[in-house]
Amino acid sequence: MIDLEGALTRIHREEYAAVVASLVRRFGDIDLAEDAATEALVAALEHWPGGGIPPNPGGWLTTTATRKALDRIRRESRRDAKHQQAAMIIDPTPSADPGVVDDDRLRLLFTCCHPALAPEARVALTLKLIGGLTVEEIAAAFLVPTTTMAQRITRAKRKIAAAHIPYRVPQAADLPARLDGVLSVLYLVFNEGYLSSSGTEPIREDLCLEAVRLARLLRSLLTTEPEVTGLLALMLLTEARRPARLAGGELVTLAEQDRGRWDRGLIEEGHALVRECLAINRPGHYQLLAAINAVHTDAPTASDTDWGQIAALYDQLHALAPTPVVALNRAVARAELDGPLVALAAVDRLAMTRYHAWHATRADLLRRLGRSGEAAAAYDEAIAATDNPAERAYLTRRRGQLG
Amino acid sequence: MAQFLLSVHHGVGDPMPPEEEVQQMFAAVGAFNDKVREAGKWVFAGGLEGIESATTVDATGSEPVVVDGPFAESKEYLGGFWVIEAADLDEALAWAREGSAACRGKVEVRPFQE
Repeated sequence: MIDLEGALTRIHREEYAAVVASLVRRFGDIDLAEDAATEALVAALEHWPGGGIPPNPGGWLTTTATRKALDRIRRESRRDAKHQQAAMIIDPTPSADPGVVDDDRLRLLFTCCHPALAPEARVALTLKLIGGLTVEEIAAAFLVPTTTMAQRITRAKRKIAAAHIPYRVPQAADLPARLDGVLSVLYLVFNEGYLSSSGTEPIREDLCLEAVRLARLLRSLLTTEPEVTGLLALMLLTEARRPARLAGGELVTLAEQDRGRWDRGLIEEGHALVRECLAINRPGHYQLLAAINAVHTDAPTASDTDWGQIAALYDQLHALAPTPVVALNRAVARAELDGPLVALAAVDRLAMTRYHAWHATRADLLRRLGRSGEAAAAYDEAIAATDNPAERAYLTRRRGQLG
Repeated sequence: MAQFLLSVHHGVGDPMPPEEEVQQMFAAVGAFNDKVREAGKWVFAGGLEGIESATTVDATGSEPVVVDGPFAESKEYLGGFWVIEAADLDEALAWAREGSAACRGKVEVRPFQE
């Protein structure tokens, strides 16, 4: 006996974006596409237990959803010329060429991540339309009321229609900037999962896995873009350390993690991807971050870490993206080479007084310099600046250990 | 093909740039206008006199009222605009990018209702 419910959930996750994307292309209406896709899934739930899962469930769902959409158009007898046109040119058989389906999902992803949409709306739409998550799931992931998330998504969909946000992959001249937008949405989803900014769950595994799944999808669609490969590698090498990252509800720093609990399979895959994208010789933000994580995951123990290489990679990253966060991480790497006093001077110059990691870094450097009073004050600032429970627990313990 | 309003907003009290810059701006805007026309995307465009020339009429009550000045005190006001044809928002944004560079001001892009 097969696990029908499990199979349906899996098919939903894997096929939803393709079904919706195909219908958006045909009908130019996201709401109609989503409603029809949902109706097709309900129909699957009715028919498949008795008749069995068809050999091509995605094709079955797309065909059924297309019929549902046409039914709805006829039922509501919309006079909209666009819909009538779509209904006339419709081909009821699903496309046999998987490339066409992939193009549809890629188009939809670029629509969801369009710079004319608010950043939080881009994330929500991507999870809804490409990830196939429900409004309730997305709301729970970002700790906002369902009604708020529903409004956010509705408003974004309205803007797509009213402002004529196109449904296509941008032209070559716009592609690098627009791809950056897509990558930053995926990275934001991953990071929100990896270190939740608030709420009771320190790590939201579901968001991490969803981001990895979407990055894999993007890589399968854009195979020649090294930054896409770099982002996937970065996620895998970060995800690989997740099992060692929490102990007794407390965050465990990289230096203290039990490296035996790291996922070797993900690390090997990540290392291979880093080699692959760096070989293209078009270094970028995500590739360099992935390379830094490759150096970390290459060291059998924390003391084996090649800090010289990490500092050099941060120098390269800082030349590319001179942000305070990159400068802070570079200072942390330099502390291992030049000692905590030099690093502290560099960190103090950044003065990121509202950023918890800046306070935590200062606290750690002051602790290593034996300046306990100043370290305690810095730990207090760091604890006050984060809502993540596991991070607070770690910082509180560290503060308590000061001599 | 849809129509979009590309509007240019000025800040109240923005200093007038030197004459030479104004001439350069006029030339750049003229060249941009020609380009929009040649591409067949031109609908209408114009620059407006300063906000101190505005008069507001309110006939929503029983008696129409005419008042000197804009309808709302604002830090920014409409300085000029283009109405263009574009296939979609990406095309409108590409035109707005050129228009903004030409007129040296921020450009807001809004679709017309269909």
